Amino acid sequence: MARTVITLPERARRGDIVEVRCLIAHTMETGYRNDDQGQRLPADLIRRFTCHYRGELVCGADLFAAISANPLLVLFVHATESGPLDFVWEGDNGFVQRESRTLTVT
Amino acid sequence: MTPRRRWMLHTTGLGLSLWLRPASATPEAMAAALRELTGGVRPQTGKVKLDLSELVENGNAVPVKVTVDSPMTAGDHVRRIALFTERNPRPEVAVFQLGPAAGRARVDTRIRLATSQQVLALAQLGDGTWWQHRVDVIVTLAACIES
Repeated sequence: MARTVITLPERARRGDIVEVRCLIAHTMETGYRNDDQGQRLPADLIRRFTCHYRGELVCGADLFAAISANPLLVLFVHATESGPLDFVWEGDNGFVQRESRTLTVT
Repeated sequence: MTPRRRWMLHTTGLGLSLWLRPASATPEAMAAALRELTGGVRPQTGKVKLDLSELVENGNAVPVKVTVDSPMTAGDHVRRIALFTERNPRPEVAVFQLGPAAGRARVDTRIRLATSQQVLALAQLGDGTWWQHRVDVIVTLAACIES
């Protein structure tokens, strides 16, 4: 399990646009670097990220080697009703990480 | 890049040039990747704003912000936002799909830049048109040179 930090406001008013910051600890090894012995380090990347709000897509992203280590993605959600925000990161070597947060709308 | 800078890169920065030369993409590779995404449509300039520092000290984590001029209503909203680079090993950086729950036509992330080059942001609106913004960036410490 990778460490994730997801930042969103505790509550929002209906109609607000809410900033959601999604950070995950991951090396994002590019596959273009060599180790101390000159051996090529194989690529180990997060390839796909999705965020859904109450089942509706907020943002999907195809990520490549040019995304920095510990990828940060900042999204904006249109708050309508209280409900779950579901996050999925998928990548090489069977990497899957799921997180869920509740957005409270008053 | 001046001839002298290039010469310096090849002599003093031998490790860097060895790493960059075989894997580096070209402006043509970026153009090809762009054509593949847009299906051959030539993007117009405008509507998209790519925000990143023009002088980058550390190419390992360069903050970027892409905003698109769009009301993001059900009838008129941004479908896709993409980022490309000219001289990284691969031109693709990220392709975002924005859904109906997206409140603003904006994404922020952090990218790697292997060398000084042009970065391209691309957006597809709901009517299918493509828009672009290009920024030239100078990188003083390139990404990935340390093993």
